[in-house]
Amino acid sequence: MENNKIDVIIIGAGPAGVSAAITLARAGKEVLLTDRADFAGEKNIFGGTIYAKQTAEIFPNFWETAPLERSITEQKIFLLTDYNSTQFGYKYASKGAYKAFTVNRSKWDRWCVEQAIKEGAYFAPKTLVKELLIENGKISGIITEQEKYYSNMVIIADGVNSLLAKQIGLRNEIKDKDVSLSVKEVIKLPKERLEDRFNIENEEGCACKILGGPLKNIMALGFMYTNKETVSIGFSASLDELKKNNISPYELLEDLKEHPTIVQYIKDGKLIEYSAHLIPEGGYNSIPKLYDNRVLIAGDAAMLVNNIHFEGTNLAMLSGKIAAETAIEAINLGDYSASVLSRYYKKLKDTIVLKDLETHKNTIDKIRKNINTITSLYPELACEFFDLLTSADGIPKQEKYRKFLNKFIKSKGISASIPLAVFAMEKCLKK
Amino acid sequence: MNIDDKLATLKYNKDKDSHLTIDNDVCIHCKNRYCTYICPANVYEWNDIKKTMTIRYENCLECGACKIACEKKNITWNYPNAEYGVKFKNG
Repeated sequence: MENNKIDVIIIGAGPAGVSAAITLARAGKEVLLTDRADFAGEKNIFGGTIYAKQTAEIFPNFWETAPLERSITEQKIFLLTDYNSTQFGYKYASKGAYKAFTVNRSKWDRWCVEQAIKEGAYFAPKTLVKELLIENGKISGIITEQEKYYSNMVIIADGVNSLLAKQIGLRNEIKDKDVSLSVKEVIKLPKERLEDRFNIENEEGCACKILGGPLKNIMALGFMYTNKETVSIGFSASLDELKKNNISPYELLEDLKEHPTIVQYIKDGKLIEYSAHLIPEGGYNSIPKLYDNRVLIAGDAAMLVNNIHFEGTNLAMLSGKIAAETAIEAINLGDYSASVLSRYYKKLKDTIVLKDLETHKNTIDKIRKNINTITSLYPELACEFFDLLTSADGIPKQEKYRKFLNKFIKSKGISASIPLAVFAMEKCLKK
Repeated sequence: MNIDDKLATLKYNKDKDSHLTIDNDVCIHCKNRYCTYICPANVYEWNDIKKTMTIRYENCLECGACKIACEKKNITWNYPNAEYGVKFKNG
């Protein structure tokens, strides 16, 4: 680093920031990655997975050396009523083609940054960026608690709360309907018991989504993920709905954990970590301007999350990589103007990042309108159907069928009963 | 399990100053005080006799929900200084 000035400073060592840093370092550019935590990952949490194919585009063959928990081989959906549940799952053989992994973020993010350092990136942990350095009206670097660092441009990847994007006017205050508050517990179980309960073995893992039950009638989705010897359980719910319904998130999490179906997976486990995090779920319509003179925004800071398909880490990595590729072009041109950096936005439009978010730009509003149907009626109908199919109780079948069909039809007719996925896909394709 | 038991699983490095600040006069006139139940760490507690809001910033999970939820936009929310705040081991 000459005269404390560098090509690019990246703020935030999550999936977006580290992907940007390693991409720049590989191209031989001088890059400083900063993070406010003592080490990368210490402040980073998620309820989810990393995706193998897209992660490998940044870290080839990462599964050979990276600290991973389990390779997801089953995706399950739980439809809960107050006491019962209907479950279905999709199980696939993992051999040779990994899809997704659960990870411990404080190990995984740290490993990612170590790779970036090996490739030549500078890393400054314990570095809180108080604000972007503006000199002569130009973004010229960062101001930390200790000193100023100069750079030709910055990439903001400081997460969902991005105070820096707000500082320079690229982001407004987030609306409460555009974020979900997620709370999570990590519960330790003996490895064998965990594998028995989730019907997995060796390094296999299970990812579960939970609708209804204690989470009914609000925009909320529960989850369970298996790690090596722990289960991550939690839910995320739209902040405006938690407010409106006077819901305390940790109390609702207790209710979810006590549901008769869910409790069987976690009982006798030991809570080893509780956490909370916001997820930017406003989708396409909430995405801010992603570039300006000498600055780009990536990952959660740019609100790049596809909540319909539970994707976030992959979009963060891809946006970070493309931000870096755009920065490389700017460095080579010696031109860091908004007009050159606007290529970032154009490139994102050609990838799943903006394509998929645009596809689903109205989906969340439609789910919102049908939330009671999805989280209350569907689970009830599913459970009643199985109950009808399997109960031998002396009641004539005709009577039972009539009762079930009446409820089915009364529930706003067939349109409300079209499975959500078909409904959403159809709407997306009609454009 | 209550919230204190949950928070007891976490390691914190407590700073001497709060990274969360409010104007208590604004809280007095706040109708809903969403912060008092939306916060996943129960950081905010309203004392209806003294008419004061207590902020247990040392328990903060740094999620940012309170700032967005506050109907009066009365919460100045910063990250804790480097090396302070919550430290997650599992994420």
